[in-house]
Amino acid sequence: MEYGLRPLGREKFWLFALLTPTFIGLIFGALGSVLATVALSFANWDLLTPPTWAGLANYVNLFKDAKLLLSLTNTIKFSAMYVPGVVIISLLVAVLMNRKIRGVSLFRTAYFLPAVTSAVATALVWNMIYGKDTGILNFILERLGMQPVCWLCTENAMYAVVIVNIWGAIGEGMIIFLAGLTAIPREYYEAAEMDGANGFHQFFNITVPLITPSIFFQTLISTINAFQAYDYIYMLTRRGQGDSSVPVVVFSIYRNAWNFFNYGGASAQAIELTVIVAALMAFYFWLERRYVVYE
Amino acid sequence: MTKQTQKLILDIISYAILLLGAVLMVGPFLWMVSTSFKLPGDQFTKTLIPPTFTLDNFRELFSVDINFLLLFWNSGYISILITVGQLITCAMAAFCFAVVRFKGRNLLFTALLLTMLIPPQVTLIPNFIIFKYLHLIGTSVPLWLPAFWGGAFGTFLLRQYFLTIPRDLVDAARVDGASLLQIFWKIYMPLAKPALAALAIFTFQGAWNDLLHPLVYMPSVPNTMLTVGLAFFQTQMTHGGKFTVLMAGALISVLPLVIVFFFAQKQFIEGISLSGVKR
Repeated sequence: MEYGLRPLGREKFWLFALLTPTFIGLIFGALGSVLATVALSFANWDLLTPPTWAGLANYVNLFKDAKLLLSLTNTIKFSAMYVPGVVIISLLVAVLMNRKIRGVSLFRTAYFLPAVTSAVATALVWNMIYGKDTGILNFILERLGMQPVCWLCTENAMYAVVIVNIWGAIGEGMIIFLAGLTAIPREYYEAAEMDGANGFHQFFNITVPLITPSIFFQTLISTINAFQAYDYIYMLTRRGQGDSSVPVVVFSIYRNAWNFFNYGGASAQAIELTVIVAALMAFYFWLERRYVVYE
Repeated sequence: MTKQTQKLILDIISYAILLLGAVLMVGPFLWMVSTSFKLPGDQFTKTLIPPTFTLDNFRELFSVDINFLLLFWNSGYISILITVGQLITCAMAAFCFAVVRFKGRNLLFTALLLTMLIPPQVTLIPNFIIFKYLHLIGTSVPLWLPAFWGGAFGTFLLRQYFLTIPRDLVDAARVDGASLLQIFWKIYMPLAKPALAALAIFTFQGAWNDLLHPLVYMPSVPNTMLTVGLAFFQTQMTHGGKFTVLMAGALISVLPLVIVFFFAQKQFIEGISLSGVKR
């Protein structure tokens, strides 16, 4: 309450009016949805017949049903590869771009392009690139004397999809890191130079500690995105009957609800996703307090 | 080795890595453009320059049974409505949080920020059920209506920007007898143009590229958005063996955003760095 304009008389009404959409969103969009989804997760409902009480059955199924369990392990595997991939590669790109070399703005445009365009459209090209007999990727591999890979077959599809998702996310990560890097005062490096610290020392003793806020933020965003990853997976791994060769939780929720009309089961999965993400966020903020350096 | 040669070598290595990376980032787009101008018979040739240059794929795109123009129009007006809704309602709330003093401000703001942790799937299921009972599935209403009840991301971004506007301006306006609404509309909105532009582009981009929501709310062709249309088209064209037409469709669907990006690169980037740096 320490700063701010005090509303006078009728202005109290206008203040309320300005906040009304947000109130509706909070009550109806957020709180209402969460409560409704929790309630649904204890029910069986196909929207055609009246809902019936399911008790904990939908939650028990999350760990008993082999397909639902597979979707959870897939999501975890995906995130375990995607998050470090995005953070490390985009940090590397940002550090290289921060070296004040010619043509940086051109590079920045190039690296950001996949972040601008829709995953649906670029997935169509990636689908061609990954083609087993006709794709350019295997063509290049064979030219280099390597064996062709069946990229989108079940055994490799996870890696193929992780690669494309990282490709699509580097642009945003790079911007976050560039903003963090340009905020580091030049004098720090000059002082280190005088003391005879080489590039490696400077990177690990100045750059990394001072950029921990950006690393923290990017890890957080990447984790949320990893648990939401859907578009590329839908476009690249779809099979007959709405199935996927890399069914992650988000994919499974869609299929459960809109292909099988099992809205209760899908709700339980949505809650599962929320709990995992919330737990991870709590863990990240605990790490932040211990390791992130704010000036 | 002198300092200068050391720096030169490092520069060359950086250049080489960045160049290789740039090829990997842009390569798929070049491939998209190239394939869309190839004859269907040449679709798997491994040359970047089409052996025979043709515009037939674009002609075919607009003559096939899925109505590409309708998809384009739908994506356009739905994304614009979503953007307008977000700009207005987020700016309204952001102004209150940044400028006005009222009871429960911090609590309300924290609650709003917490909603960022709710995955879209959690809101999607109950919203779908409600819209189904209102007989609105298959229409665009469920896609744009929720954009008119604010949102944590947009409100946060604009609030951060509003906070950087000097308070003296408000005090001076107050002395001159300006009302709350006048201060919002005549001072804060014009001064926040850069942030509003960044949020507009960010929101439009998200709406235009969204797949999950149109898939749930407008699931069937022809009356849907470009993303769902292209996904449907993929199955059709892959079986028909016409990747060239598919690439023409993909190219046209990314073109509007790419054009805006080349003109307003700064705003694209601002949307991300504004949200990221100033916590």
